[in-house]
Amino acid sequence: MYNFEFVKPSSVADAVAALGAEDAQALGGGQTLIPTMKQRLASPSKLVSLGGIADMLGVSVSGGSVTIGGATTHADVEAADAFAGLTGLAGGIGDPAVRNRGTIGGSLANNDPAACYPSIALATGATITTNKRDIAADDYFQGMFTTALEEGEIITSVSMPIPEASNYQKFEQPASRFALVGVFVAKYADGVRVAVTGASENGVFRWTEAEAALSANFSADALADLSVDAADMIADLHGSKAYRANLVKVLTGRAVAAAN
Amino acid sequence: MPKDSGIGAPSKRREDVRFLTGTGQYTDDINVNGQAYVYFLRSTVAHGKLKSVDTSAAEGMPGVVRIFTGADFEGVGGLPCGWQVTDRHGEPMQEPAHPVLAQGKVRHVGDPIAAVIADSAAVARDAAEAINVEIDELPAVIDMREAVKDGAPKVHDDLTSNLCYDWGFVEENKAAVGEAFANAAHVTSLELVNQRLVANPMEPRVAIGDYNRANDESTLYTTSQNPHVIRLLMGAFVLGIPEHKLRVVAPDVGGGFGTKIFHYAEEAFCTFAARQINRAVKWTSSRSESFISDAQGRDHVTKIELALDADNNFTAIRTDTYANMGAYLSTFAPSVPTWLHGTLMAGNYRTPLVYVNVKAVFTNTVAVDAYRGAGRPEATYQLERVIDKAARELGVDPIALRRQNFISEFPYATPVAVEYDTGDYVATMDKLEEIADLSGFEARRKASEAKGKLRGLGVNCYIEACGIAPSNLVGQLGARAGLYDAATVRVNATGSISVMVGAHSHGQGHETAFPQVVAEMLGIDEGMIDIVHGDSSKIPFGMGTYGSRSIAVCGSAMVRATEKIINKAKKIASHLLEASEADIELKDGQFNVVGTDKSCAWGDVTLAAYVPHNYPLEDIEPGLEETAFYDPSNFTYPSGAYACEVEVDPETGKVTIESFSAADDFGNVINPMIVSGQVHGGIGQGIGQALLENTVYDENGQLVSGSYMDYAMPRASDVPFFTVDHSCQTPCTHNPLGVKGCGEAGAIGSPPSVINAVIDALHSGGHTHVDHIDMPVSPSRVWSAING
Amino acid sequence: MTTVTMTVNGKSASGEVEGRTLLVDFLRNELNLTGTHVGCDTSQCGACTVHVNGKAIKSCTMFASDADGATVDTIEGQANADGSLNTIQQAFQDHHGLQCGFCTPGMVMAAAELLKKNPKPTETEIRDHLEGNICRCTGYHNIVKSIMAASGQDVSAIAAE
Repeated sequence: MYNFEFVKPSSVADAVAALGAEDAQALGGGQTLIPTMKQRLASPSKLVSLGGIADMLGVSVSGGSVTIGGATTHADVEAADAFAGLTGLAGGIGDPAVRNRGTIGGSLANNDPAACYPSIALATGATITTNKRDIAADDYFQGMFTTALEEGEIITSVSMPIPEASNYQKFEQPASRFALVGVFVAKYADGVRVAVTGASENGVFRWTEAEAALSANFSADALADLSVDAADMIADLHGSKAYRANLVKVLTGRAVAAAN
Repeated sequence: MPKDSGIGAPSKRREDVRFLTGTGQYTDDINVNGQAYVYFLRSTVAHGKLKSVDTSAAEGMPGVVRIFTGADFEGVGGLPCGWQVTDRHGEPMQEPAHPVLAQGKVRHVGDPIAAVIADSAAVARDAAEAINVEIDELPAVIDMREAVKDGAPKVHDDLTSNLCYDWGFVEENKAAVGEAFANAAHVTSLELVNQRLVANPMEPRVAIGDYNRANDESTLYTTSQNPHVIRLLMGAFVLGIPEHKLRVVAPDVGGGFGTKIFHYAEEAFCTFAARQINRAVKWTSSRSESFISDAQGRDHVTKIELALDADNNFTAIRTDTYANMGAYLSTFAPSVPTWLHGTLMAGNYRTPLVYVNVKAVFTNTVAVDAYRGAGRPEATYQLERVIDKAARELGVDPIALRRQNFISEFPYATPVAVEYDTGDYVATMDKLEEIADLSGFEARRKASEAKGKLRGLGVNCYIEACGIAPSNLVGQLGARAGLYDAATVRVNATGSISVMVGAHSHGQGHETAFPQVVAEMLGIDEGMIDIVHGDSSKIPFGMGTYGSRSIAVCGSAMVRATEKIINKAKKIASHLLEASEADIELKDGQFNVVGTDKSCAWGDVTLAAYVPHNYPLEDIEPGLEETAFYDPSNFTYPSGAYACEVEVDPETGKVTIESFSAADDFGNVINPMIVSGQVHGGIGQGIGQALLENTVYDENGQLVSGSYMDYAMPRASDVPFFTVDHSCQTPCTHNPLGVKGCGEAGAIGSPPSVINAVIDALHSGGHTHVDHIDMPVSPSRVWSAING
Repeated sequence: MTTVTMTVNGKSASGEVEGRTLLVDFLRNELNLTGTHVGCDTSQCGACTVHVNGKAIKSCTMFASDADGATVDTIEGQANADGSLNTIQQAFQDHHGLQCGFCTPGMVMAAAELLKKNPKPTETEIRDHLEGNICRCTGYHNIVKSIMAASGQDVSAIAAE
């Protein structure tokens, strides 16, 4: 990879200052960024590691919400066991060694269309807090690898209202073990939200028809008459558009069954 | 009770200690003083005319030592092909040149164009980006059937077409085979793909060229399965370095599976460049680079037809195969779809007539050569799939159909030019039915159905030809090498032994298993014996390890050398014991005079050999060291029967392997623990081929599955515990150990049973329109087949 | 170049690194700890697995600078003080849990983390835990068996010698 300057500040303010340099980039766990840099597909002049900022670490629960520091690893989220859907999702990302390094902030900032975290953020209506502002999940995701984050903006924490019931179903792409399709179902007093990752050319999305059906009847049977439009689905060597559309429905049903 | 040492004992592997403590020495762990590093600038297009390579900007960069291009290899030999196939018209195959660095054209993504040598690997890569390459891109030919059409772009302009050869076997039988099909009561035909695989040993390739100007000696450290073969090919054909000035070392090697047999451009380059710059040159492949530079495997597209008479006896087999060679002929590539494939098409069955046609084709893809099994998995897959399909069409039990057609008398001369010496296919099938609990299958199917899953059972047999190979025979078939092997047994004064063997261990456990043989023969402790391998300067000669040949061929050489040791030692003992040589027996490491209580110890004799104070110097020389070369008189023919049970999730198409059982006949077994491990690994790779792995090029020749992000390697969660058995043993009749070899069996025997099981599962769920799905049977393919 | 210092296998180790120097390169090239291997460049094969501050990580996907001040444990530090194989290593030898040995250091380090968190893992838990460690030789059969044996479970019912 190309060389760069490595810095590891201990405060958000110092990190933001360091990111002011031209072509500087934030480094979470690096589990996607470092392989990308090895292929010379990214060439930051400076990498600002966020792993040394104590304020961005940890999981806390209060007032019916869970708040996760942006630099918290998947393993630590899993261990905190804040609610079942979150624990299951975090514990299924990548592999154990990846989970020991990869962070929620890094995952959400990258917004890989096959990543797991975007689905739970969208399905729970999470609030993504940066050094500048709070961003609602519905406003945050703007298509694959695209988010509302501005240059130099850091995700300091993510808050999710804890659902009454929730589950994440991930159907793994057989090589990368990313989500070929992943569906997160979250049931709240005021309704059900369903978010789908891995499937769409437009990145993570809410399956609103399923949300309406499940809000009326939180049962896999409620999905029977629904179908998923295959037009915007991803097609690649691991699955066609129609196959992914099928998986969205199957996995949603399974998530509901598992959440019940 | 199993033995605790010698032949048949599950001796623990001594090599494990260094591997488990991080003290193995793989090629990348070697650093030569003052070494420089090379980075290969490779083509990013599949086919193009190389107009210019401007290295001037890169040459001036700090730390750059020298940059080579194809022009620097004018007058240097190209990479040779070790096997010449003769086509069905008696003409030799078309054999293109294969320069070390591209000259004139680039022919696949990954074709090396320039090599940058620098003081560090990072600088070399940085400098490579400053090289300006101009390429006029040409249309790429990727699909084999397109490649052989008139007017297709030619991979090699100086060849008449992209057809390497059109091989027919047995050509003389072609008409008779046609007649048998015309008269058949039933014909089953099947079109199938044996998809291209990437071997993916976990250690990527590495080469270090070193040169000593003071004595004009070159040394190559390389990740090879056969250092002497590399010395021979590179020394004689590429660089013109005589053997006594060229040392090739293959130290600990992290898996091979065939792809580390071949002589590669990077090896020749590092050796050549080290002489040019008088400095060691090291190349370490990244995994991404290995995907576009290691020879790949399989890649056959086949139509197979099976003819049966009214009693369901097989009467003829006819196949029509396109075999991808890639852009160049790798070292043994032409032999794989021909002599390692066509000769196995009789399988375990009494089929009197066989005709195999293979068209080998050049395409703008990475070269294809032997990968674990090499030709034999392709043959087995075709045959065992078409038999299963025939059974379904005829409404007969697939196991019964196989049993009915088994060869049962040995030796058996097949219609495809090989003679099976021994085997007992009924015994392995009986054993399989027992260990796989086939009688309990229906109950397990019901349990799966209760969970909403479809359960399928697939069975297949296999036969393979290993112990490669009789030199005179393979010479007639086009091999440009002999395939004997060699061993030197060096007994030291105190009785300890070093055995220098031509086989190379890169996971097979030779360092443990080979001493078991010598220990058994001499009656001494295994711990007194060490194996030396992998260094051309230390061992007499050797053709290396592939084709399940190590114990059958090199092990036999070791036995012959040990027999010579015993003969000489008995002469020494007879002198020491003042008895007739004929009365001396060697038992439990002691020389006894038969019928008396007179004896002397192994160590007494070995000491006398090196301190010959009381020694028959007038009759025999001092010292105790013997060498033997062994050339097998036939192939060996391991065989077996495999069973797989799968569950298919009909909603997602996902297939899970619920059980896998293997009953093998390897003849005699030296170390059953190691043999089981070899079978496990082969099955793992076979399941990988059946379910997961696929090498996909797009229409422009870009490798879509060029990393582990898209090339699905089997993981621990993809496989269950396996049930393996090798208690059915019909010893090989023509080698001294009665061994047949076990390295490839699992990979050869496992794919068909997986696919047979998937089809069985789908039929059980009423999806009777699905009679075949090509490998890998990925979830999306299964789902599409169900819903197609 | 900057200087990094870490505690590697119980001993303090320092060296000069570039920003881009990976932890695995520091271990292999600066400290000559060549037991940690590199088998891929996409953070998947796990041959480079080491422990940083007690957690298994892929040393090919962490910068050496990010491990400044950390405690790092590698395969070279796993054997018992007298040089004999530790429980996991011995189980791998006893049950033929390795062939070519290239993935083995990563397997042992991954297993060590698993058994620390979960002293009696089931077969499924072991297989899941090895998601990020690829072996091409063994078909995983004897690796899983070795780890079960290392955890003190009876593996005699699992087939094969």
